[in-house]
Amino acid sequence: MKIGLFIPCYIDQFYPPAGIATLQLLEKLGCEVVFPLNQTCCGQPMANSGFANWSKACDENFINNFRGVDYIVSPSGSCTLHIREHLHHDQNPGEAERIRHTVFELTEFLTDILKIEKLDARFPFKVGLHNSCHGQRGLHLSSMSEKVEPPFSKPGKLLAMVEGLQLTLPSREDECCGFGGTFCVFEEALSVKMGKDRIKDHARNNIDYLTATDSSCLMHLEGILRRQKSPVKIIHIAEILNAPGNG
Amino acid sequence: MNAREHILQAIKAGRPGAVALPGLEQDLAIHYDDVLAKFKTTLEAIGGQWLEISGEEEVSTFAEQESGAGKFVINAAGDNENSLSEMTARQLAGVDMAIVRGKLGVAENAAIWLTEEQMKNRLLPYICQQLVLVLREDEIISNMHQAYQQTRINERGFGAFIAGPSKTADIEQSLVIGAHGPISLKVLIIKENKIA
Amino acid sequence: MKAHAILAKEFIADEARTDWHDETLWFIRQKRDKAAHTLPEWEQLRQWASEIKNHTLSKLDEYLVEFENNARQNGVMVHWASNGDMHNQIVYDIIRQHNITRVVKSKSMLTEECHLNHFLATMGIEVVDTDLGERIVQFRKEPPSHIVLPAIHLTKQDVSDTFHQHLHTEKGNADPLYLTRAAREHLREKFLEAGLAITGVNFAIAETGGFVVCTNEGNADMGAHAAPVHIACMGIEKIIPKAEHLGVFLRLLARSATGQPITTYSSHFHKPREGQQMHIIIVDNGRSRQLARADFRNSLKCIRCAACFNTCPVYRRSGGFSYHTAVAGPIGSILNPNLDLKSYSDLPFASTLCGSCSNVCPVKIDIHEQLWKWRQVIASEGQVAPAKKLMVKGMAFILARPALYRVAGRVGRWCMRYLPFLLNHKLNPWYRQREMPGPAGRSFRDWYIKNKKQ
Repeated sequence: MKIGLFIPCYIDQFYPPAGIATLQLLEKLGCEVVFPLNQTCCGQPMANSGFANWSKACDENFINNFRGVDYIVSPSGSCTLHIREHLHHDQNPGEAERIRHTVFELTEFLTDILKIEKLDARFPFKVGLHNSCHGQRGLHLSSMSEKVEPPFSKPGKLLAMVEGLQLTLPSREDECCGFGGTFCVFEEALSVKMGKDRIKDHARNNIDYLTATDSSCLMHLEGILRRQKSPVKIIHIAEILNAPGNG
Repeated sequence: MNAREHILQAIKAGRPGAVALPGLEQDLAIHYDDVLAKFKTTLEAIGGQWLEISGEEEVSTFAEQESGAGKFVINAAGDNENSLSEMTARQLAGVDMAIVRGKLGVAENAAIWLTEEQMKNRLLPYICQQLVLVLREDEIISNMHQAYQQTRINERGFGAFIAGPSKTADIEQSLVIGAHGPISLKVLIIKENKIA
Repeated sequence: MKAHAILAKEFIADEARTDWHDETLWFIRQKRDKAAHTLPEWEQLRQWASEIKNHTLSKLDEYLVEFENNARQNGVMVHWASNGDMHNQIVYDIIRQHNITRVVKSKSMLTEECHLNHFLATMGIEVVDTDLGERIVQFRKEPPSHIVLPAIHLTKQDVSDTFHQHLHTEKGNADPLYLTRAAREHLREKFLEAGLAITGVNFAIAETGGFVVCTNEGNADMGAHAAPVHIACMGIEKIIPKAEHLGVFLRLLARSATGQPITTYSSHFHKPREGQQMHIIIVDNGRSRQLARADFRNSLKCIRCAACFNTCPVYRRSGGFSYHTAVAGPIGSILNPNLDLKSYSDLPFASTLCGSCSNVCPVKIDIHEQLWKWRQVIASEGQVAPAKKLMVKGMAFILARPALYRVAGRVGRWCMRYLPFLLNHKLNPWYRQREMPGPAGRSFRDWYIKNKKQ
């Protein structure tokens, strides 16, 4: 099984450890992983700003990079969702459609495709899980508080396999952090207020780390935490799942 | 072209292709084993009260007791109140308690269906200070789907589901019982097999 | 008109009040969740409601005609209005015809949308809003900030001050029971002296020609049953085909709105009472245009429960007035651009696209997806601010070119490391209340080439 590793632009630039952990974790689990070198961005920033037509070049670049792999895996629910919902190509609609169906967010890939039941990882800390909206509601990585459905959580299930990790949830289990792409600058006051409220909710659990499936949410929350001089650290879920174990 | 034609034409031009109506499989809706118990707990939860009585005749006894306490009571559940429909709003504004027969009770929400036939005057169950509705135990069903199956909503010019006393939470979400309509609602439940 | 982002910033400036507003609405969202979870068939109900509404929209003209015929047979007078002005004129003509001076009105978002009260005031007619929340904001000369809870932005102290001024209640007495009783007394008199009652319509049933009005306070009924003339105002989308469909909608409406199993009163009007006159005004006001927009037509399924308001993390922290329109919240953000794209081009961007609105919607409107689609329309119609457009264009240019992207990334990270003052200043909206991400020494790609590439 050949996997194309899709590293979103902001992880590439600002959070390479999340990308490194994703790659190492997949390899540890026996996957053959390639990283196509000319990837840039899924095109979401343009599309969510109303300029989906300006993301066509990103679509084309994405298709060129990820042609011919069995699965595309990414440590981002949001970018995965964008590809799954909006990747189009006029000249090559078949390849675009194939990619839309083979792109997976990391925890979803581990749960649904690799069907991981145990992990050799140890992370002896108290960790708060932030359910990123696009992963949760868009990719259905976990049950949603609005719906009448049986409870489940793909990230939660994986974190439960990590030795020593104490998982906590905030009282509002799936409220948005306020990042929202360009929303974070064009609605700055609201964005920060939403982020502060999430942090306050998590802080009640006295957590050491705040984790999520998306570095974008974490980047926003980290910005606020650091301004507040909070001791709480952020960490991408891939880094926890890839933490060295005892074996 | 008048507004009516204009609107209808615009709709016809813009409407989507035909979409089928769903069949409502009512077995999928919740049914309670003990509809009476569910009805009572729901009623209490929405601020209503209930009292079990053993027969229709006890309704007038109840009315007499309340009148005896000095209240202006109108028993529309009695059959001698034909003049009620002629009463003005001002006259009705003085009613302390109205007693009205219900037709159907719904356990899932404690709503009671009644029409103009039972109200005698449409304003009565709304303008009275206290409302008492009368239901027989076997007139209580589980859910609203059943209610609409068993009711012809246009049987009279007006009909309503009434669930509990009037209420509002418009001031800081604090629940206040008694907004514009009755300040209390009591349901007299007739249990035919109840030993008096 | 100030844009949403500015109005939101002003709202948030009072952080304690923002927290209070957020928590109050979240409490209602929780009550809604609790109510939904009492019914194992909840998701099935939403599905039915959605399908019934989709079906109705596909035959809307036919159902409206069926409704009209049946209503006329019931002795109700039916009027049609293409827009808000026409609607207001019809109401005014009826008032004039009967020489009525006193009018009471229960909640109707349609009349808010048409600015009926304002119009009638200019014609010398005073309309008394009888819903408690609406009466409070009417005293204060404010619009409602929420379609179900019009005064949700006010504290009980605010209401106490307003009532002291207008109803001469005790100064400082902010007991909700005391204030509600004062309003009850005040409005009882208004009901008794009214010559005409205006109500909204929650559902209009094609097969019977009747309509259903839902309230908790009983104000719609007090008005309609006491006054000699009753006018019910409805948008064309209020139609449902059959009485049995009410079972689905009434089970969803109050549970979604407030967490109650049903509203206290669900009144089914078919014929005027003896000696009364009953009118129905069927209003388009842009709805047929929305129906023709394939991407946005299903916004017309809305039953005005406001569950999307209560769940929206943006609405809860920015308040109804930040949407500068009668119908605020997520649903307002997809309805209003249809009415006036230019004036409401900010609203579809007042969202993180978190998707919670679509999940709570009892008729399954894909609200967040429509927000995304409106953004595309707004951009293609040239309604995005030039600075923002330029920024997005710049991003698009760089991200389309892998080599340029890498250079830009390297330069950017170098600057963050060595020239942080370029970014760390108050003109950078990220930096104002957040630190910039710690600059990585090298990109993931650089690491990969060094460590992994064979």
